[in-house]
Amino acid sequence: MKALMFGWEFPPHILGGLGTASYGLTRGMSVQDDLEITFVIPKPYGDEDQSFLKLIGACNVPVVRKENSWDHVNERIGRIMHPNEYFWYRDHIYYDFTRIGTNELGCIEFSGRYPDNLIQEIDNYEAVAGVLAHSLEFDVIHSHDWLTYPAGIFAKQISGKPLVIHVHATDFDRSRGNVNPTVYNIEKRGMDIADHIICVSNLTRNTVIEKYHQHPDKVTTVHNAVDPVPNVEHFKKEERKDKLVTFLGRITMQKGPEYFVEAAYRVLQRSKNVRFVMAGNGDMMQAMVDLAASRGIADRFHFPGFLKGSEVHQMLANSDVYVMPSVSEPFGISPLEAMQVGTPSIISKQSGCAEILAHAIKTDYWDIDAMADAIYAIVEYSSIYKTLSEEGIKEVNSITWDKAGLKVRSIYNRVTGR
Amino acid sequence: MKNICFYFQVHVPYALRRYRFFEIGKDHYYYDDFGTEQQIRELADKSYLPANRIIANLIRTSGGKFCCGFSISGAAIEQLEQYAPEVIDSFKELADTNCVEFLAEPYAHSLSSVFNDNEFELQVKKHSAKIKELFGKKPTSFRNSELIYSDEIGEKVAKLGYNTILLEGAKHILGWKSPNYVYGHPYLPKVKLLTRNFSMSNHIPFEFSNTSWADYPLTADKFAQWIADAPEKEEIFNIWLGYEAFGSIQKDYTGIFEFLKALPTQTFNRGIGFITPSEAGKMTPVDTISAPYPLSWSGEEKDLSSWTGNHLQEEALQKLYSVAERVNLCKEKALKRDWQTIQDTDYLRYMSFKNAWGSTFDSPYDAFINYMNILADFLLRVDAEYPTSIENEELNALLKTINEQEATISELENTIKTLRSRKTK
Repeated sequence: MKALMFGWEFPPHILGGLGTASYGLTRGMSVQDDLEITFVIPKPYGDEDQSFLKLIGACNVPVVRKENSWDHVNERIGRIMHPNEYFWYRDHIYYDFTRIGTNELGCIEFSGRYPDNLIQEIDNYEAVAGVLAHSLEFDVIHSHDWLTYPAGIFAKQISGKPLVIHVHATDFDRSRGNVNPTVYNIEKRGMDIADHIICVSNLTRNTVIEKYHQHPDKVTTVHNAVDPVPNVEHFKKEERKDKLVTFLGRITMQKGPEYFVEAAYRVLQRSKNVRFVMAGNGDMMQAMVDLAASRGIADRFHFPGFLKGSEVHQMLANSDVYVMPSVSEPFGISPLEAMQVGTPSIISKQSGCAEILAHAIKTDYWDIDAMADAIYAIVEYSSIYKTLSEEGIKEVNSITWDKAGLKVRSIYNRVTGR
Repeated sequence: MKNICFYFQVHVPYALRRYRFFEIGKDHYYYDDFGTEQQIRELADKSYLPANRIIANLIRTSGGKFCCGFSISGAAIEQLEQYAPEVIDSFKELADTNCVEFLAEPYAHSLSSVFNDNEFELQVKKHSAKIKELFGKKPTSFRNSELIYSDEIGEKVAKLGYNTILLEGAKHILGWKSPNYVYGHPYLPKVKLLTRNFSMSNHIPFEFSNTSWADYPLTADKFAQWIADAPEKEEIFNIWLGYEAFGSIQKDYTGIFEFLKALPTQTFNRGIGFITPSEAGKMTPVDTISAPYPLSWSGEEKDLSSWTGNHLQEEALQKLYSVAERVNLCKEKALKRDWQTIQDTDYLRYMSFKNAWGSTFDSPYDAFINYMNILADFLLRVDAEYPTSIENEELNALLKTINEQEATISELENTIKTLRSRKTK
């Protein structure tokens, strides 16, 4: 079976959880011998791991026919894509996309990020999908997140192949209910036209059914998994006098940072040897600094800013407790990452990963008392720390992408009638 | 002649309230009274009262040939006295028929038999005194909380004067032996052991209304026939279960009460009688069985892992029983009462990852957090009475003096008496 996937990010150049999940899933599916995956992203950098799939950069696919010599093409994009492939795509341009601004190769420039003209990039991506749908052979189309739904729909309309869309988040999660009508429209259209919808949690599935009015039979949950941390033994806890409680993520409304500060305030009323860390950036950062100061706990509350790469793992490994008080989290991979390095996690019941984790403490995001209670217990009692840490590692190591891959495969089989 | 030996356990833990860590040292009340009342009232109305009525009736109509045993924990007695005293009255009526036996057990439904001998002894004595006070008779047979038993525990129990002990008929101690005989303790010839027939006992609470069970439906006829079909020499069938099986686990509409009503007729027709645990204890043992490690009636493993199986439970138990000596020195009534209540095995079982049924908490971790907060407050109160700065050895010495003072006094009195009598001569 051949799958044509549309994504937006791919490691190592990622901006959010979408890239990690796309990578993990395709990697997990690559163990299936009879499956070939072609993964399209707007802009590859050339250093992506292509050992288990074929990666196509939308920015290298011509949508307008322009005459170029083989050598010129090779010089321009040969590093990333073979020129013959370029000419193959060029021969399959059936629509007139000259209205779109292209470079001398007839290709569209993509930022590959989330720029202000995002809607325009989504439209351009759709155009590329049209060319690819004519050029490539595939049995099923798989679109990751709303940015790529239009591309998937277009490919379906051209090829007549079934479309599976993968909902990593909905606008209801991002906006706490104040949805952007344009985004909602794109999401809704994608779900309506899709042959099957995959959601990363039952929480998201419910949103899709209730807010996007999809038939439950068409919506399946495939929980995300987590890749093993490379050199996990490298991330050791450093000896220190104070216990460390960590929040890590975008400091935005969706992540519920204010509940973390309030819980910290309660814990510090009783325990003096605890420090709190809020790592990350976001539009609520200043407000959180103010809140911590007004509660009088600024001496025990730290803002190290945005962490990346191995800094994240080191921070998690150094922590005694990881807290994710998200108001609405479609899945939430970070508690699993914390558990991989043996750090106990406290997660909100409003997060998708709560559905599959038994060895994490779950509280309602608004229940500051329960959250504080759990933090207090973990820093105070060695047995609960030890149990959460040991059982957590065991549990998280059993959540693997190849299992998720098999579930996705059974959905492919269903929609293709095999 | 074949006999059924029934005993029904009546136990329900107090409902603990949500106790947050910032209340430690500030609020010393740990219970959810509303929850407790609701729980015990429901059990009384749906289970205990109707079942007691049926049993009273069976005793009357059979002319005293139907008999059974009850084990009522201290916690259950206290709750019934407070919220459903008519249940106590109905048990008293049953006691008056002389066909019902009340068993001895540790008052607090605790693991004290495993963790603290002195505490165990105190609790058993307290329970037996309470049973005597309510029902007029001192218990003569012993069943431990959760049927926990080992050779060593058997020895402790025998020292307290009980020669009939009830235990689980676990495969790992019985081996090829059948539970349907009376056995003896390996090195205390006086002590008789009764072993629970767990497969037959469990059919009643767990399979009665289970339509996917191979032998569904369970009728009194069928149940009696199983016993009748057993080998001729098997003489005692120990059917022991939680009393809430009638009316609460198996609801009224499943026909469970009809089953209970019909059973004696069916067994009498087949020449099968009923016997109380004490009566059974008078039979001659066919063999001895040895249990070097503690066993219980819980789970598949039939060991202590439901209460001591993980680190959470270990820490809780270790902290709880670390103050046993101190608490017993205390005079404060409220403290002693809380001490009894929080030892309940169920609170520890709620922290189990495999056997936390009936828990009111979200997860074992949640149960642990709440319990440890309560325990932390409790430990502070004990510390206020007897600071941890006093060494345990020192306390032990004190405790020894206190425990032995009565014996010493009576000894001295005797000496005085003999001296006086000599003098008068």
